[in-house]
Amino acid sequence: MYQHTRFNNRNNIFQKVGNLDYILLSCLLLLGFISLATMYSTDGGEILFHTKSHFTKFIIFFSMMIVISFINIKFWFSLGYLSYAIILGMLIWTINFGITASGSKRWIDLYFLNLQPSELMKIFIILCLAKYFHRMKTQHVNSFYTISLSLIIIFVPMSLVIIQPDLGTSLLIAISGVVVLWFAGLNHKYFFYSCLLSIISLPIIISFLKPYQKLRVLTFLNPDRDPLGAGYQIIQSKIAVGSGGITGKGFLKGTQSYLEFLPEKHTDFIFTLFSEEFGFIGSVVLLLIYAVIIYRIIRIGALSRSYFAKLFCYSFGTSIFIYIVINMSMVLGLLPIVGSPLPIMSYGGSSMLATMIGFGIVMSAKTHSQQSIA
Amino acid sequence: MINISDSATKLNSLNRRMFILAAAKVIILGGIVSRLFFLQVKENKKYLTLSDKNRIREWKLPPIRGEFIDYFGNTIAGNFEAYQLHIIPEEVEEFRYVIYRIKELLELSEKQFKKIIKKKNEIKPWETLIVADNLSWEKFSKINNHLYDLNGVKPVISISRDYPYKENFTHVLGYVSQANENDLLTNENIKEKFVPGLKVGKTGLERSFEKRLIGSNSVERYEVNAYGRRISQLAFQKGNKGETIRLTIDTKIQELTNELLKEKAGSICVMDIYTGAIISMHSSPSFDPNSFVFGISQDEWQLIRNNPLKPLVNKSLSGNYSPGSTIKPIVALSALENEIISPDFTVQCKGHKNPLELYGQTYHCWKKEGHGFVNLREAMKQSCDTYFYEVARRLGVDRLSVTAKEFGLGKKVFKDVFDNEKKGLIPNTEWKKNALGRNWVLGETIITGIGQGFIQTTPIQLCLMTAQIANGGYKIYPKIVAKDENRYDDKFKPLYKKARNIKIVQDAMFSSTNEVRGTSYRSRLNDPKYQFAGKTGTSQVKKITERDRELDLKTFEIPYEERDHALYVAFGPYKNPRYALSIIIEHGGSGGTVAAPLAKELFKMIIDRHDIRKDYDNKKYLDI
Repeated sequence: MYQHTRFNNRNNIFQKVGNLDYILLSCLLLLGFISLATMYSTDGGEILFHTKSHFTKFIIFFSMMIVISFINIKFWFSLGYLSYAIILGMLIWTINFGITASGSKRWIDLYFLNLQPSELMKIFIILCLAKYFHRMKTQHVNSFYTISLSLIIIFVPMSLVIIQPDLGTSLLIAISGVVVLWFAGLNHKYFFYSCLLSIISLPIIISFLKPYQKLRVLTFLNPDRDPLGAGYQIIQSKIAVGSGGITGKGFLKGTQSYLEFLPEKHTDFIFTLFSEEFGFIGSVVLLLIYAVIIYRIIRIGALSRSYFAKLFCYSFGTSIFIYIVINMSMVLGLLPIVGSPLPIMSYGGSSMLATMIGFGIVMSAKTHSQQSIA
Repeated sequence: MINISDSATKLNSLNRRMFILAAAKVIILGGIVSRLFFLQVKENKKYLTLSDKNRIREWKLPPIRGEFIDYFGNTIAGNFEAYQLHIIPEEVEEFRYVIYRIKELLELSEKQFKKIIKKKNEIKPWETLIVADNLSWEKFSKINNHLYDLNGVKPVISISRDYPYKENFTHVLGYVSQANENDLLTNENIKEKFVPGLKVGKTGLERSFEKRLIGSNSVERYEVNAYGRRISQLAFQKGNKGETIRLTIDTKIQELTNELLKEKAGSICVMDIYTGAIISMHSSPSFDPNSFVFGISQDEWQLIRNNPLKPLVNKSLSGNYSPGSTIKPIVALSALENEIISPDFTVQCKGHKNPLELYGQTYHCWKKEGHGFVNLREAMKQSCDTYFYEVARRLGVDRLSVTAKEFGLGKKVFKDVFDNEKKGLIPNTEWKKNALGRNWVLGETIITGIGQGFIQTTPIQLCLMTAQIANGGYKIYPKIVAKDENRYDDKFKPLYKKARNIKIVQDAMFSSTNEVRGTSYRSRLNDPKYQFAGKTGTSQVKKITERDRELDLKTFEIPYEERDHALYVAFGPYKNPRYALSIIIEHGGSGGTVAAPLAKELFKMIIDRHDIRKDYDNKKYLDI
């Protein structure tokens, strides 16, 4: 069967090129261009390390995505469990031999790239769970066995990431997993009850948090309690966004970032810088581009024949949406500061790699939309 | 494996849930957009201000201090251009090389060099390091010649305090020096205008008029980054120079007072008896205030501090002295005013053999042989103690203290202009009961009559007292700043009951200086233009014992600390009085021989300068 598929591929290569979602591709390219321009601004209007590195990564991973689009969706289906297991192995490796930076062990040294497996897990947990639910009969979905197993699939990588420690990414992994569960048809009442439970147990959870995490929550509730310490990031970020106004301060003229008031402007706070320079209009345009991308992903899912492809596309689209919402809410002071990059825009190889793999699989679902998986 | 209907239910459920989520997504996205709208459109102004506050920082420059000029417009405390050397460490490529090169060029001592290195380590690399704050022209030009070798070194001309007359005005003006923590805590004005290196007044008028002198800061507005580094200058706002304050002092006379008191401890005050203008006020010894501007060296400071003549004390204002016989005009006046005596009242002074005895205590006149029968005029002329013992006994200390206080003794002359001015002390029975808890005894009244005992006056008070006797007994308010904004309701209020009494005292003082056997007869000036009247005083520092009386030592034979203070108060010209003065020379001996001769010198100049002063006033008036 596998050979047959490959044979098919070769035959339909032109058909596949025609089948690519060009709107999605152009939106991604546009986003890539915007992110490069923003990165150029963070480097102070010069082509320095971050711009160069981001450019290289974008080009490499974007090409990789195109390549992935031509690989049959069945291949990804078959790889579902294995890839999950490999990433899990990487996470365990990270804990033992990872690179420590700013107090947490998150990276594996691959010589040409420092890989952050937790970022990849955000995608591959969707793949794994999508495969798991693909064959599931409706009546089995809400069985105790299924729920327990899927929860284990979520909790194992989550706890491995928590002990790195990296609360933000572990939450995003959990959210990705839960999104799949939701789409798979898990009973609403479970979501309702667990929400209730988590609200009730919130004080207990907070008591288990590390001091710096507690501080973040407190800072979120009142950033002014320590404006030069814990509250500094969020206050400066709000100032940057707010001072942007309707049209923004202009490209390369964001004083907050140019004068280095903005922290982590390359990564988590990239939107702040963009928003300062391009204002409300620019920010809404950026949001629109993201909205189009998510819409296209969901459309691809809707047009796919296979349940696996549908499940993956819907979950991936929703996850991307949630990443964006969390990142923006964070920099706009609507959520506590948790480390969560803005897909494509933020500097960071692993995040870009994972996102591009996700897009690649989505694109593959598009090119093979008529393919059904047995 | 999967039947069609089940697959359909699954897909249905999936699509339904997707639809629910899509709706949720739209709502959430709307939330994000509205948050953006709130921050960027609605609250834009607030955040723009905050952003500007972040990026714009203002640097205050030291304000230019106002000057002091004397009555004739000569600058007595001005500003000069100090040659300084600044380095911004981060702009210097090889700091070690440059700093050693500077050390060589300026011939810095190891101690100075270490101080600079220490200072450098305390500041941020982009802050200015002041390597030298007051270079000589030679060294400054030497540095300028070697600038090619000293990358990043900036020769700077900065404005600094200068006292051209050096020690002449020290006790009037005070001096400026670097503001310290205490200055910031006690003076809001300094706190507001503070910049590192700001010089503020530490004593004297420099301190009292800080608010008027300090001026306002020039402000440089810079764009800075998050670490406070200056990126670019946005604006420069020029500050105002402090007010120039004109004093009533005549520099020529001030210089003469300095000359006269050279190497003596003491004070001279000269006052206009009608306007109250201080013509000269000097306390000796003095010191050079310029030494303090850039911080005084430890050695020099110790030298000033340990000088037994106490140069740091402003004796004119904070020296409390027994007035000795200079109080006698007030005793006489008080007795006349209270009608205790008439000018013809006569007492017999019998000399040391037969001193006045009261309750077992003996009271001697200074003259061994005694003065015989003396009336008021004669007693004042020869300063007969016995006469005044008797007058004081009859008068009583309470009535005396009322008159003394009216004439300005026992209270601050300048109110709060000088923070180091002392009140002195005019005792009465009530005061002693409150302060010491004991009753007044008659013996104390008797010695108060010759200005000994509890009574304490400052030289400026004695000057004011004399001035008010000289002007015919009218109240005046002394002033040292030419333009006095204060309005006094009781200015020129008569202090006497009978004007004749004042005349009697004036005449008695005239006799003391200008008639044979007068205590200051030798210091008289015969020309009516300069002729002055005065009263000598010799105040004891130590009780005179019988042994001392027998030995009758000359002044130079007594240890310095035990010698009498010599005092002299005077006014002139006698025919048409205009100026009053008080002279005190600590441990100088007798007032008649030491203090009074100085008055002779002074009056010559004061009266000559009076015309110049008058002309200057008129000319100024015409100019306007």
